[in-house]
Amino acid sequence: MNDHRPDPDLLLAQVQHTEAQAARGRLTIFFGANAGVGKTYSMLEAAQRQRAQGVDVVVGYVELHGREETERLLAGLTQLPPLQMHFGGSARREFDLDAALARKPRLLLVDELAHTNLSGGDPPPRHEKRWQDIEELLDAGIDVFTTVNVQHLESLSDVVWQITGVRQLETLPDRVFDQADEVKLVDIPPDELLQRMREGRVYLPQQAQRALENFFRKGNLIALRELALRKTADRVDLAMRDYRREKSVRGSWAARERLLVAVGPDAQAEQLVRAGKRAADRLGAEWLVVFVETPRLQRLSEFERNRRIEVLRLGESLGAEAITLGGAAAGVELLAYARTRNVSRIMVGAARRPRWRRLLRRSTTDFLLDASRDIDVIVIARHGGADAAGTAVGAPDSVLAGDSGKQLWPRYLLAVLSTLVATAVCWIFYGLYPGLGQANLVMIYLLTTALVAVYGGRRAAILNSVLGVAAFDFVFVPPRFSFAVSDVQYLITFAIMLAVALIIGTLNANVRQQARIAGYRERRTTLLYEMSRQLAITRGGEAMAEVAVRHVSQVFTSRAVLLLADEQGNVVYPRAGLLDVSYTGADLGVAQWVFDHRKPAGIGTDTLSGSAGLYLPLAGGERAFGVLALLPQNPRRVTLPEQFRLLETFAAQIGLALERADFAAHAQAAEVRAESEAIRNALLASISHDLRTPLATIAAGAATLAGNLDVLSAADRGALAASVSEEAQRMSDRITTLLELVRLETGAIQPRIELYGLEDLVGTALHRLETRLRRHRVVIELPDSLPLLPIDGRLIEQVLENLLDNAGKYTPPGSLIRIRAQRLARQVEISIEDDGPGLAGADPEILFEKFQRGAPEGAVGGIGLGLAICRTILALHKGRIWAENRAPHGAALRFTLPLPANAPAMAEQRLSSEILASQ
Amino acid sequence: MTLASRAVLVVEDEPQLRRVLRTLLELEKFRVFEADSAARALVEARTHKPDLLIVDLGLPDRDGSEVISGVRSWSRVPIIVLSARSDEADKVGALEAGADDYVTKPFGARELIARVQVALRHTAGAGAAGALLQIGGWRIDLTARSARDERGGELHLTPTEYRLLEVLAQHIGMVVTHRTLLQQVWGPGSAQQTHYLRVYMKQLRGKLEPDPARPRWLLTETGVGYRLAQRD
Repeated sequence: MNDHRPDPDLLLAQVQHTEAQAARGRLTIFFGANAGVGKTYSMLEAAQRQRAQGVDVVVGYVELHGREETERLLAGLTQLPPLQMHFGGSARREFDLDAALARKPRLLLVDELAHTNLSGGDPPPRHEKRWQDIEELLDAGIDVFTTVNVQHLESLSDVVWQITGVRQLETLPDRVFDQADEVKLVDIPPDELLQRMREGRVYLPQQAQRALENFFRKGNLIALRELALRKTADRVDLAMRDYRREKSVRGSWAARERLLVAVGPDAQAEQLVRAGKRAADRLGAEWLVVFVETPRLQRLSEFERNRRIEVLRLGESLGAEAITLGGAAAGVELLAYARTRNVSRIMVGAARRPRWRRLLRRSTTDFLLDASRDIDVIVIARHGGADAAGTAVGAPDSVLAGDSGKQLWPRYLLAVLSTLVATAVCWIFYGLYPGLGQANLVMIYLLTTALVAVYGGRRAAILNSVLGVAAFDFVFVPPRFSFAVSDVQYLITFAIMLAVALIIGTLNANVRQQARIAGYRERRTTLLYEMSRQLAITRGGEAMAEVAVRHVSQVFTSRAVLLLADEQGNVVYPRAGLLDVSYTGADLGVAQWVFDHRKPAGIGTDTLSGSAGLYLPLAGGERAFGVLALLPQNPRRVTLPEQFRLLETFAAQIGLALERADFAAHAQAAEVRAESEAIRNALLASISHDLRTPLATIAAGAATLAGNLDVLSAADRGALAASVSEEAQRMSDRITTLLELVRLETGAIQPRIELYGLEDLVGTALHRLETRLRRHRVVIELPDSLPLLPIDGRLIEQVLENLLDNAGKYTPPGSLIRIRAQRLARQVEISIEDDGPGLAGADPEILFEKFQRGAPEGAVGGIGLGLAICRTILALHKGRIWAENRAPHGAALRFTLPLPANAPAMAEQRLSSEILASQ
Repeated sequence: MTLASRAVLVVEDEPQLRRVLRTLLELEKFRVFEADSAARALVEARTHKPDLLIVDLGLPDRDGSEVISGVRSWSRVPIIVLSARSDEADKVGALEAGADDYVTKPFGARELIARVQVALRHTAGAGAAGALLQIGGWRIDLTARSARDERGGELHLTPTEYRLLEVLAQHIGMVVTHRTLLQQVWGPGSAQQTHYLRVYMKQLRGKLEPDPARPRWLLTETGVGYRLAQRD
């Protein structure tokens, strides 16, 4: 018999499955020293074991290299069809990431972690590297098995190169390896590997046949094996240290090492960075990669500039903080910075220039070795031949445009003119004091050169020194007015003047450059501050978006737009109009990806770097709010690590501001909800009581009538029927009151203002309350001169009814109720007074709160909303209502209604109407 | 009153209320036909040609006013509407579409029957008050334009006041909308000048009612219009 009860094992499996799925996937790396050690084989073996245990295993992508034994292990495993990519004619296979995400298996096998995705084909890959694809899989909660060789690790790639002489191009950031959940070393002795090679069981790509034969020399194999073992050992060591640290008592806080790696524009920079990574790992230290931008270095060639960007990004990807400093001398800046950051070791490359040149100007390395007293300096020697680096001076970076190339002609003119002036001055002096020594005359020329150096720059000063010496020689040195250089001393003079020109000129140029850089940097910080400040005082998401877009587009000279997410989580263009600086062509697909994954994409990033724009996620601490899309005018500028960081800072600020706006909105909504909740609860409690009572009477009465119609006497029947009728009326009144209040409070009622005469409304109200007030004495005192009031007649009639009803309810029969009105300056005051017992309790204001009653519950009944309604109605009319006690006893309920400035009295109106009518 | 019992068509979608109305009306010797929707109402009206219609404004398929205007296009049969208390606009709309009077829910049986009787009287031709009115202690002759009390005392009323009384008297016992009053007394362009009415009604009350602050003849229907009560 089919039980229909769910299978508990299935349930448990489901629960476990869901739990596991919620967490990030586990990455297991099958790690080997070489191709051919059997990583793919081991991976498949492990996968088969998993499958035997019932895990949902799918093969994402596996390179078989034609090995039969590996192929046999695929038996029984589901395979994902590979993506066919078209390369102008030929088709290549690639891993299909989207299919894998859609399939969502428990465990996915993806070979070759370090593989670079084929680009330039159709469709283009989402990520540049396979490890990024795998990260996306892990984020989606899928466990992954993958393989990688030791030579693919970024930090080891130059060591591998040293060992094997082969440069590894497909590298993997160490971070991915370090963060893997498990690393399984697949190891075989080199002899065995060589044996396999000879048997043809190791795959060698055709093109690299020869190179790889070199690669597979025994010495290399041993060295690589050692590297792989050591790397695995490091992991174990790290795990052990973490374990120990968790368990041990938090004792003394050991001083942390901090390492600073100083890089220059030369080819050794990459090597330095990798060495720094290894050292930092060994020491367990934080490390920084610092590039100092001296004025000389600002005029780098494009190739060098790109290399600098690459080196800094390499540092970041390996886990360092990448910093760019500015200063006159690299060594001084580095040391100063190192001290502020409490650096314990500085790593620097060996000096490049030959010794004799270094005598003239000390290299940075020498400077550091001499000047650092308390900081260790490690010098890394150069290895092998560096790539030929062109050091040609190219066009300067537009950001830091120096004054070279800018308007030189006026300066040359200045140089020439000043020489003429100096000569003239000297001539005058010479004429006045013929005995004046030539030394003094030279001084005047020297002074001129110095001044030209300050105001005209280096080149103008050089020109000036040449012209000056020439002029001096020509005019003042015997034989006068000729160029015979009879004395060698004038060469010395010339040399000194030239030297002065150069020194002052260079100094001046440097200072100016530094000032320009500092000014530029300060401006950028100011802009960031400006934006933050403006965001802080702006309210509302759309206003903030405009502020943000304007600032970003100005600072980064680009078009920008803020794409915010709607309720469904889709990123859309803002509803508000686009600005002149808006980026209208943003790719919403890319933006959606960025929003979903909270990672940047576009120019300068690892993902979808072919896009025209740059897309950054905007997120607060918890939620993402949207995407900042930029179209920079100069893409290269934006990809500098420093610029990129600044941009990320901007994005972070915007994200925080949006988060703040979101919180404010939520807080407000929560408040409103809480208040509504409170009202609703009070209402429910009240309804429950005040409606059930009459309902009980009605139900009982009607049931009795229905069931015993022939048995009851006429009198009884009459009585029951009457009570049913009365209670029904009462219920109806109460419900109407409730509805009235609800509609008033929620704004569903719009007052319809017309002119009414007060006595009209009083009359109607009294008519309705005839029964209630039949045993009271009602006196009406309404002055004749009372003007017509602009009010909603029915609402004010309601007020009068409520007040009169109350007066009737809370005073004994026979009491006096007086209705009065009087005209005050800008309003009319209406009072309902009685001479009953008056108001109980200290504060009459409480009466107007909802659900209050003057007397405690009893036979009087009523929900107690009447006065609250009055207050709401009066508020709608911009009037007031209050209650007070009268002497000697009795209550007075008074309310006011405002009068417009030109309210004519009734009498006047009558007159005018009469005239009109009789015409 | 004719001997043959008159027929009333009750247009009401609430079955319980229909039953109560039927009971009420049959007690007063009316024949009752029922319709639970606007569409049905129009059909029944043509089929049975009732002497009076009672139409609830809150019908499921169409607005009650549509029933009224539909019927009015081929008949002058009196129509009384049932409405919830706060729908002044709906009441005015219904009255201007051609209804003769209204009753607010929840209503007392007596009130409903009274209105029904008044409406029927008007159709029979005997409804209009004719030229003579009795308001307060005053006998008013609308044709002769005079107002006298029992002791012969005279009261001066302006021409406008007489005109106003005329219109109210034409619909004695039934409500007359502000608009109708204004248009008939002051002309078609005066539909918005409600304050004229206020002023004049106040005057009239002052002159005719024994207790102007608590009128018994010249009654205000707030937000809708005025009614001249019929008291014997």
